[in-house]
Amino acid sequence: MTDAVLLSKVCRHYGSVKAVDGIDLAIGEGEFFALLGPSGSGKTTCLRLIAGFDSPTSGHIEIFGESVDGVPPYRRNVNTVFQDYALFPHLSVIDNVAYGMMVRGASKSERLAAAEHALEMIRLPGYGTRRPAELSGGQRQRVALARAIVNKPKVLLLDEPLGALDLRLREQMQEELKTLQKNLGITFVFVTHDQGEALSMADRIAIFNEGTIIQVGRPEDIYRRPNTRFVADFVGSSNVIPVEFAGLSSQHQWASLRPEAIRIVETGGKQARVVSLNYLGNSTRIALDVEGTRLHALVSSYQPLPDEGDKISVDWDPDDVRVMEGE
Amino acid sequence: MVDGALAITPGRGGIFGRSSDAIWRNPKMFLFLLLLPPLLWLGVVYIGSLLALLVQSFFSIDEFTGLVKREFTLKTYRELLHPANLDIIVRTVSTAVVVTLSAAVVAFPIAYYAARYARGRWKAVFYLGIMLPLWSSYLVKIYAWKLILAKEGILNWLFAQLHLTWLLDAVLAIPIIGGNSLSVSYLGTCIVFLYVWLPFMILPLQASLERVPVNLLEASSDLGAEPVKTFRYVILPLAMPGLIAGSIFTFSLTLGDYIIPQIIGSSRLFIGQAVYAHQGTAGNIPLAAAFTVVPIVVMGFYLWMAKRQGAFDAL
Repeated sequence: MTDAVLLSKVCRHYGSVKAVDGIDLAIGEGEFFALLGPSGSGKTTCLRLIAGFDSPTSGHIEIFGESVDGVPPYRRNVNTVFQDYALFPHLSVIDNVAYGMMVRGASKSERLAAAEHALEMIRLPGYGTRRPAELSGGQRQRVALARAIVNKPKVLLLDEPLGALDLRLREQMQEELKTLQKNLGITFVFVTHDQGEALSMADRIAIFNEGTIIQVGRPEDIYRRPNTRFVADFVGSSNVIPVEFAGLSSQHQWASLRPEAIRIVETGGKQARVVSLNYLGNSTRIALDVEGTRLHALVSSYQPLPDEGDKISVDWDPDDVRVMEGE
Repeated sequence: MVDGALAITPGRGGIFGRSSDAIWRNPKMFLFLLLLPPLLWLGVVYIGSLLALLVQSFFSIDEFTGLVKREFTLKTYRELLHPANLDIIVRTVSTAVVVTLSAAVVAFPIAYYAARYARGRWKAVFYLGIMLPLWSSYLVKIYAWKLILAKEGILNWLFAQLHLTWLLDAVLAIPIIGGNSLSVSYLGTCIVFLYVWLPFMILPLQASLERVPVNLLEASSDLGAEPVKTFRYVILPLAMPGLIAGSIFTFSLTLGDYIIPQIIGSSRLFIGQAVYAHQGTAGNIPLAAAFTVVPIVVMGFYLWMAKRQGAFDAL
C-alpha cells in the first residue's frame, strides 16, 4: 500500500536557521496523524511543505506515490485548515465554502448544493448568507473545515485548528474532528503543540524538536515508552531518575517514571517523606523525597491522603520505568 | 504597602488639574471640544462656500450689462449644454477616465511590491521614491515634462537612437490623441497627468494591499486557484477600497486641473481652464460655477456606481 504522505530526508533551511532538518516520515492512508512539538520545532514548516506553500531545500515529498517536487499548491489535491482560519472576509459563508469548486469551474447549482451539504455536515445549516465576521470563533473554525473537506482532498492538513478556541469548545471540536475523520476516511495531518490533544485524537504521533523528529509512535507508545528525556518531559510530565536509582543497569544514564505510576503502599516498597501536596481536583500531586531523590506522584484524591511531613511507603511496577537515550 | 502612600492621590489643583478631571468625568464634552474646530472649518468655511457656489450656478449673467442677476434660473445650465461647452466636459471626463485607468495599471505592481515584499530599508526607499516628486514645484515638473516631450526633447532623441522614430510617428498620427509632437498632443497631456497624480493612486492602493493577509492568498492557492484566479477573486476585491480611494484622487484632480492642459497638449480647453476663463477674464461667475458642479456630479455618480457594484464590501 502506498503511503498517503511520504517525506524522505526533507530539509528546509532559511539561511543558517534549520527549520526542518532531515525528516523521514511515512503517513498511512486514512490515518489521523499528529505532528506534535513546541513552537519553532518545525512542525508547521513541515505542514507547509506538504501543502506546497514552501519548498524543501533538499529531500523529496510524495503524496500517494506521486512526487510533488515543484508542484504548486493549487495542483495538489491537498487542503489546509489554517490556524486563524483564513476565511475570505469579502465572501459570504457559502461562497467561502464553494470557493474551491468555483475556481475549479463547477457549475453554480452544483457547488451551492455541495457547499450547503458541507454546512449541514458541520452543523451550520442556513448560515450561508452570513459574513465570516458575523460568526463566533468556533463557527469560523467549522466553516474553515467545511471549505476544506467539501473539495474531498486526498489529505487534509490542519494547522493548530483548535488553538484559538476556549477549553470546552476545544474538547467538543476534538470529538467532532475525530468522528468526521472516521466518516470521511480522509488522511488527516494535524499540527499541535498541545500534547493532550495529540494523545486523545491521533492514531499516531510524531514528536518534533529543533527541526527533527524525535519519536514516532501510537499515543500509548509515546506516553508509556518515551525514548528521550525531551519526549518524557514534553508529553505529560515525568520523573527523570538516574538509572541506578531504579535498580537497573544500562549504558544510558536516565530513566523516566510517570507520576501516576507511583503508588502509595502499606508495606514494602521504598520509604518516602511527603514534602508537599497539591490538590488538582480529581487527583492530587504529591512531592516526595525518596532516599534523597525528589519524585512527584499523582494519586487519586478519593483515597486517604498523607499529610506534609508524613513518612510513607511508595512502590511502582518495574515495567513502568523506561530507560531513555541521551544525556 | 509603601509607607505614607495614599490610596488616592490628591488632585493636582489649578485650572489644568480641575479641567482634566472634569473632562474625564464627561467624555461627551471631550468629544465636543475635540471636534469643534474641524467642524467649524468643515461646516462653515468648506461646505458653506460649496453651497454658495451651487447657488451661484442657478443665477445668470445679464448679457447687456455683464452683471450677475440674482434670480433663480436654469439658463446657465442650458448654456452648459452648448456643443462647445459639452465638448469641454466630454474631453475632460474622458481624459480623467484614461488617466485613472492607466494610473491603476501602473500603480498596482508598485503598490503590490511595496505591500508584500519591501521590508525595512526598501520600504523607506519606496516611500521616498513615491513622495519625492511631491516635494518639488508642480510648475517646474510640468515644464520639465514639456522639454522631455518636445520635438527636440530627450524622448524623441531616445526613439531616434533606438531607430523607433517610425513608431512614435505612427502613434502621433492617430487622430484625436496625436499631434505634431507629444508635447502638443492629448497623449502628452495624459502622460503628464499620470506622472503627477500617480502617488495619489499608489499610496491608498498600497495601504489596502498591505491589509490583505498572506494566508488568504495561500488559502486561495490551497483551494485550487491559479495565481490569475487568486488575483481576480481575492486580491482585486480586497484592494478595491484602495483602488476606489486612489481613483477618487486621480479622477477628481484631473477633472479640476487647469495648468497641465494649458502647458502640455493642444490648446483646446478643459473644465478647469473654462472655469478660470469664465470667472476671471469673462466675469461669468454663474457659468464658472455651473462648470464646477460638473465634477461634483460626476464624482457623486461614480461613487454611487462603485457602491452598487459592491466595491466597498471588503471595507
